[in-house]
Parts: sequence; C-alpha cells; structure tokens
Amino acid sequence: MAAFEALFAGALLDPAAPVPGAVAAPDTQTAERRFAVHRNNVVAGLVNTLRCRFPATEKIVGAEFFAPMARCFVSKKPPRTPLLAAYGDEFPAFIATFAPARELPYLADVAKLEAARTRAYHAADAAPVSAGTFAALDANAVGALRIALHPSAEIVRSPHPIVTIWAMNSGERPLAAVEDWGGEDALVIRPHLDVEVRLLPPGGAAFLLALASGQPLAEAAALADHAGFDLAANLAGLIGWGAAGKVIPPAMQQTD
Amino acid sequence: MPVISNLPARAGVGFKPAHFRDVLAAPQPLGFFEVHAENYMGAGGPPHAQLGALRERYALSIHGVGLSIGSTEPLDREHLARLKALCARYEPESFSEHLAWSSHGGVYFNDLLPLPYTLQTLARVAEHIDEVQTALGRTMLLENPSSYLRLAGSVIPEVDFLAELARRTGCGLLLDVNNVFVSAKNNGTDPRSYLDAFPLDRVKEIHLGGHAREADDAGQTLLIDAHGSPVADEVWTLYADVVARTGPVATLIEWDNDVPDWPTLVAQAIAAEKILAGAARASAA
Repeated sequence: MAAFEALFAGALLDPAAPVPGAVAAPDTQTAERRFAVHRNNVVAGLVNTLRCRFPATEKIVGAEFFAPMARCFVSKKPPRTPLLAAYGDEFPAFIATFAPARELPYLADVAKLEAARTRAYHAADAAPVSAGTFAALDANAVGALRIALHPSAEIVRSPHPIVTIWAMNSGERPLAAVEDWGGEDALVIRPHLDVEVRLLPPGGAAFLLALASGQPLAEAAALADHAGFDLAANLAGLIGWGAAGKVIPPAMQQTD
Repeated sequence: MPVISNLPARAGVGFKPAHFRDVLAAPQPLGFFEVHAENYMGAGGPPHAQLGALRERYALSIHGVGLSIGSTEPLDREHLARLKALCARYEPESFSEHLAWSSHGGVYFNDLLPLPYTLQTLARVAEHIDEVQTALGRTMLLENPSSYLRLAGSVIPEVDFLAELARRTGCGLLLDVNNVFVSAKNNGTDPRSYLDAFPLDRVKEIHLGGHAREADDAGQTLLIDAHGSPVADEVWTLYADVVARTGPVATLIEWDNDVPDWPTLVAQAIAAEKILAGAARASAA
C-alpha cells in the first residue's frame, strides 16, 4: 500500500511517468485517461490557485504565458502544506529565474507585491495607532520611541515602477504608457478589512524597514538616508495609512 | 464523546465570500452553512470576520479537505492541531473529512486521491479516525469519495469499508449522492445498489453538487465531480429516494467553481428543502 501511494504520488506531477500499475483498466488508453483526471485535478487546481493569487501578473503576460509558467512552478515547487493561502510565496523568486520571462524584468517584483497582498489579507488583526494617540505623545520624547509596524505591513522595494504597473493591471488605474520608469517602493497594508497598496515617498522604505527592525524613530529617520526624505510626510503616511501597529515607549524596551 | 452531529435536518449551502453581503442582507431560508476548514487557518482578516458573522447567525459545518485520512503515512499533527484550534474557536455543529489521501512525502496534492480497500487500509484509516476524534474531542463524519478509476488489490466494497469504519470508530458518515452517481457511472456500476447497501443509519449529512460530463476520443463518457453547476436531475432523484428512507437529514448544496449568484444557489437549497419536507411528512404519516 505504501508503495502504491508513492508510485501514484510520483506520477501525478510528472506527465511523462507511466500510469501506476495499480490502476485497473481494460486497456492502457483508458488507464491513461482515468489517471489524467487526477493529474489534471492536481496541476490545473494548483495553477488556478496561482492565477487567483497573481491576477495582475497574469494580466501582464497573458493567460497563454502564465499557465505554462505556473505549471512549471507547480512541478518544481508543489505545496508542502494543505494551507493553499500560502501557496505561491516562492512564485516571485521562481519568476525571477524563469528564462522566458527575462524580457519583463519587473514581472517578479509585481508578483512579489501580489504575494504580499495575500499575506496581508490573512495577517493577524490589530487596531492601528490612531492619529489622536500619536498627537498626544510628548513631542520631545518622540525620537526615542520605537514603532512596531502593523502585523499586515510589508514593504516591497523595486528598481521598477511596480506600484504603477500593478495598479494598471489590477483595475485600480487605467492602462496607459508608464512615463517614469524609475523604481517604486510599496507598502502593502491591511489596517482594517481591505488590503491597500501605497506608493512610498523617497526614503520611506528604508525608514519603515528601520522601524520594523526595532530602531527608535530618530535613528530610523537618519537611516532613511535619502536627499528627499521628509520625516513629517513619512510620519503622516505611517499614521494615516494605519501602518503603525504599536508605539513602544523607551521604558518598555528593556523587557521587550 | 459528544453526539455525532448537531446540524439541523435542513438544507444548507457551502459559503463563498462573494455571497457575504447577500447572506447578511436578510435572514436566509437555510439551516446551516459549510466552509472548508483550510480556508480559515490564517491569523485574521476578512475570512475570520465573515465566518464569525455567519457563526453568530447560523449552524456551521466545518469540512476539511486536506487531512489525508486515507494515507498510509501518519497524520500531519500540525494540521490536526490547526483543525482543533478552528473547531475550538467556532464550535461547529459538525466536522467532516474525506475517505481519501491528499499528501505524500511532504507534498500536498490538493486532490482527493483514491486508496485500495483492504483489511490493512481499513485498520490504518480507523486508527486515523480515532486519532482525529481524540484530538478534536468530538466524533466526525467521513465522506464517500468520487471515483474515476478502479484499483487492483482493492478487495472490500466501498460501502462495507465505510460501514466497518463507522462501526469501529463510532464516526458518522457524510453521504455525497453526487459522488455515488459519478463513481457508479465511471465504474459501470449501479448507483441504486450502492445506496441500497449503504449504512444509512450512520448518515448525518448529505452532499449534493453538480458534475461535469466529458467524452473521450472513444466516445466514452466520464463524469467529473466539478462542483461548478446545478445538481443533476438523476442525482435529485437518488437523493429523494435516500431521504424517503432516512427521513430528513442535513443536506448541503456544494457549488465551489463558477460560483453562481446568490439567488441561484439558494434556489438549489430550496429545492432540497422541499424534498426534505416531503420526507418529514412521509415519516410523520
């Protein structure tokens, strides 16, 4: 029985593998056809899972390109758990190495943005720090505060205009020629029930990543290290977008 | 161990997020909702917000699709712990899984795969059901699979296999009438003889779904349990015959792909409710 299962399992993801001998059918053709139902359930089902998670990526390349790319990923990296919400976390990295997609160097980063959106969708719930709470803080002590990002927050950095490209291919914005091919960094965040994608201002990604790594606000601002970095605008974004999960006063930092 | 299932003997539907607003807009003429366990194992977000709102208003069935109870490998303890946490959080009226395997060698295949029915697999599956019931602290329902092929070395008829599992473990059975029809057509057997032999006294829930019809080069028809269309007429007929014998049983309409609008789905459930009401009148008479 264990041998049966291993043979059956091995042939599911390999279309070239012979149909397992245990499949009883009057002829080889029938056996092939019947076993193909399971092969198709597995592969088409997982490709569909990826289509649902990466709709903008699919729109950019078209279904005829996306499906074989996804099939290739499925055969190389089948899921390791029944939690399919996490399936495809490795898909962006796979796209980056997928030779036929080399002409679209931004594709993997757009997929990275979409993968982050699913993680944000399923992330733990938490009420973001409100503007009122932040305004009530002692202005002189603010620099020493640490701010934990919201559990759903993820920063996706790219040398390509991924926020613009994603927005145009997800129906958020009409399709048009991209005028500025400069890099864009995104904040993916779900402060309440809706997942949002925000274009970060210059230095914003480094600032948020520094906060996420536990740096106090003043150090994080210094680490942003960008000529155009505007602390007031970045703080307003952090609070306004609901990306601050918790304010941690210096007194608590010892025990944290 | 608590009773096998507390689902009301009425019609319910598989919950789809696309229907959430419609569902909450007004009281629905439904006895319960069913969800796939694996879609509610994230930390938070809309899935839990929606399931929480449903749970407050309706009876709930949690239906697992990924536990791989029919595997020769040990059960995935992490997954079992996730199921336990989910059942503890939502306290569903029923928990069910499939007589099938879906994982092997650390890979999850996202399909309900067949196992040969032998004394050896019977013992193994019974052990797995015991383990699930002990971990969850409740009895579960086990669903009959749809079959696309026969397996050499499978020597016990499926109905006997299921009946013996129920006898050994105390689990209830989830009778999927569409699966019975699909399997019988694909394997050239009679769905009525299958149902005549089925241990109906163990059936605590019924599933009804649509199947797809495919024809191969030789013109041979193959039915696929696709859950993407209305319940077929032949399946409604078999269903009516079953509930005429059992009396009213909780009945789920499964429509997971090409999901229709809410009124279309509810109409299928209302059709089931009518048959259930007829069965109730007959058993009262």
